Amino acid sequence: MELIVNGVRHNVDADANMPLLWAVRDLLGLHGTKFGCGVGACGACTVHLDGVAVRSCVTSLSDVQGKQVTTIEGLGKGGEHPVQRAWKAANVPQCGYCQPGQMMQAASLLKQTPKPSDEQIVEAMSGNVCRCGTYQRIKVAIKAAAETA
Amino acid sequence: MSEIVNLSRRRVLKGTLAGGVVLGLHVGGVGVGNAFAAGGASSANSGQAAFAPNVYVSVAPSGEIVLVAHRSEMGTGIRTSLAMILADELDADWKTVKVLQAQGDAKYGDQNTDGSRSIRQFFQPLREAGGTARQMLVAAAAAQWRVAPSTCHTEPGHVVHATSKRRLSYGALAAAAARQPVPPRDTLHLKDEGAWRYIGKSLPVVDLDDIVHGRAIYGIDVVLPGMKYASIERASVYGATLRSVDSSEAMKVPGVLKIITIPGAPVPSGFRPLGGVAVVATNTWSAMQGRTKLKLDWDTGPNGTYDSTAYRKMLEDTARQPAKVVRHNGDAGAALQGAAQRISADYYVPHFAHAAMEPLAATASYANGSVDVWTATQNPQQARTTVAQVLGLKEPAVTINVTLLGGGFGRKSKPDYVAEAAFLSREVGAPVKLTWTREDDVRNDYFHAVCAQHMEGGLDAQGKTVAWLHRTVFPSIGSTFTPNVTYGSAGELGQGVTDMPYAVDNVQCENGSAIAHTRIGWYRSVYNIPHGFAAGSFVDELAAAAHQDPVQHLLALLGEPRHVDLHALGVDYPNYGASIDEYPIDTARYAAVVRAAAARSGWSNPLPKGHGRGIAVHRSFLSYVAAVAQVQVADDGSVRVTRVDLAVDCGRIVNPDRVVAQFEGAVVMALGNALYSELTFRNGASEQSNFTDYRVARIDSVPETHIYVVPSNAPPGGVGEPGVPPTTAAICNAIFNATGKRIRALPVDPGLLKRV
Repeated sequence: MELIVNGVRHNVDADANMPLLWAVRDLLGLHGTKFGCGVGACGACTVHLDGVAVRSCVTSLSDVQGKQVTTIEGLGKGGEHPVQRAWKAANVPQCGYCQPGQMMQAASLLKQTPKPSDEQIVEAMSGNVCRCGTYQRIKVAIKAAAETA
Repeated sequence: MSEIVNLSRRRVLKGTLAGGVVLGLHVGGVGVGNAFAAGGASSANSGQAAFAPNVYVSVAPSGEIVLVAHRSEMGTGIRTSLAMILADELDADWKTVKVLQAQGDAKYGDQNTDGSRSIRQFFQPLREAGGTARQMLVAAAAAQWRVAPSTCHTEPGHVVHATSKRRLSYGALAAAAARQPVPPRDTLHLKDEGAWRYIGKSLPVVDLDDIVHGRAIYGIDVVLPGMKYASIERASVYGATLRSVDSSEAMKVPGVLKIITIPGAPVPSGFRPLGGVAVVATNTWSAMQGRTKLKLDWDTGPNGTYDSTAYRKMLEDTARQPAKVVRHNGDAGAALQGAAQRISADYYVPHFAHAAMEPLAATASYANGSVDVWTATQNPQQARTTVAQVLGLKEPAVTINVTLLGGGFGRKSKPDYVAEAAFLSREVGAPVKLTWTREDDVRNDYFHAVCAQHMEGGLDAQGKTVAWLHRTVFPSIGSTFTPNVTYGSAGELGQGVTDMPYAVDNVQCENGSAIAHTRIGWYRSVYNIPHGFAAGSFVDELAAAAHQDPVQHLLALLGEPRHVDLHALGVDYPNYGASIDEYPIDTARYAAVVRAAAARSGWSNPLPKGHGRGIAVHRSFLSYVAAVAQVQVADDGSVRVTRVDLAVDCGRIVNPDRVVAQFEGAVVMALGNALYSELTFRNGASEQSNFTDYRVARIDSVPETHIYVVPSNAPPGGVGEPGVPPTTAAICNAIFNATGKRIRALPVDPGLLKRV
């Protein structure tokens, strides 16, 4: 199967039904994308497919043929995405495990809705679980990123 | 008492701390074991040998300062806070400080990162370690300059002789400092509080940049050359045994290499693996696919009938009968009989699952009679012990490397998963990464205990509470480790029952017996969750019965400022392993946080119809927290928590922003416990298995949160856990204020609050 991840083309020996998550983690060695539930219910595995947030644990390799996959490692395109800067400024992470997925979801939101309302933020982010409870700061960081983006 | 030893010429940390000053610090008198659990749950290594350095500090000739962090990082920022304390007394330049993570080894003393006690135990020892290193650097500079050390001072990273305007960097002095004798303790000069540069200032955590770029390494991220991937099918019923295995279809799945049966430990299984059948494959997904093709036949055994509905009824029946008395002062029975008004209430809290975002994972490499493991663990020494037991090895043959933890909440101090990975590596003959699925993580958790409680109160004609009866029934964590444990330990009962602080003349606390039918474990705040909920709610019920404002009532119930002397009342009270003299139960500190929370929350401001405000206060892990919650209850009974104010007295703090973050997180977890989370059993197995049916708080339910940390120079208390217990009660008290209806069972049932 052919994969284009963070602008780099890869050929991987994998079943077409393999979820993108496991191809990215186990076959390409990109571990920033996290496994959290396997059923698209927590958002830890969020990546971008042609710039739009998807859950990689329920996206098969056959679904991504010819499409651009972006993971947290490629979010800033070599630099730092405004979302990443905002996440640092607000000291969002606690354990940090869910945060790549949170940031990928937030970046996708801001691409589609550059100045989201509180309601739009909550709606876009409600599929991403954080058990440490960093939600308050995620709201602050998305607002800040929207100001600076 | 600490003992500091110069280790510069010992090869204590192979390759990592070459050259310069290396100090080993033995912290005596703080090995508390595990305050929660009976029997085998206690940390085995709390009784330390004559020399057991547990913190290492080094100053390299390059000027780099290295702290070996022996506590696990699961999101509290502990790696950063420990380093801040050290750097402050060392007078280091923060930019030169590097944190290395310790392996699991008894030489570090207690490494079990639970019980909210890392800063409590290591604040003073780390100050002394830093101060010692600083004094050795000063002595080395003074010798070189041929001046008295007392004429020198330090600036970050440098020793300075002001009169001659000479200065030398720590790096330049490192080799000479290593030859200096360790200054005796009585000559140690620690900084005055006003001179602290880092302690008490908010600093970003050392792992922040790695986290936001996806570079941080968790247990699930470790890769070894030639590694295979494993997924294990375990019994869903505790103590079930395997009758037969048919793996023929599983072996046909592309990528599947091997099927391995893991023997299960007999009940109670403690920290050892539950047993199951592992599918080993070339990648995680193939292993998981192979698992779905296994045909296993289980004998479910005696726990196969465990049913949450029946169990609840049994606990509630027990809670209505007299039980074992665990605290007794005055005569609660007579005072209840003679009271002008008498109220009672029954409370229920279900099982919860930890559901840390990183499912359990470990990577192991076994070769030639020894095994190296990389894993996210809160308790690397227990992991080492359990791996050694399961593989029949001596502990020195087991190396536990600790990664970052993607959440812990108590689950990751139980290393069953670590031993599974080590066992599989030996059987496969190659490195193996084991990843639990979310379903495994939920179904095979060490669950937070179910708890039923019965409370009675008597009030006199003026509305003063004159009698308090608190009876609690729950399966003890001790049941996971020791056969036939059916009563709570003193530590478990000291989490919100026997440590009741209120000025009531007649008090009786009782504990009824309960048999466990699954693995019970500690979960953030542990038995303070149900006890804080019941006691915090019942105080509000007493206020309502007395027709008093809840804040004024709470302050009156706390009574005169005093230290509650439980020992004088004959109560076996462990006080979270801390000295009761150093950490008394201080009603003045309770009252102060109550007043602060009330003031900050605008307690007296009127609210619209359908809204309500509630308060509760709780001391746990040696910290005092008052919570005021504001809720809105819709006509359909749905509850929205709109605002939470916490006032916190956790003693001296190190990194204020991370303290605030822990309490923000505690509000979210308490809200989830109150409104959404419940794990139920049927036919011996958990009915929930993933975030689809095990509900947790999401961003759409999060209130405006205000955390007020009361300035305090009391000894440090806990931070990670104490915010949870009062918040749940405050939310339910706010619901009463909004609706006039009492919530006595969690999670809140909106059906009870519906307006018809």
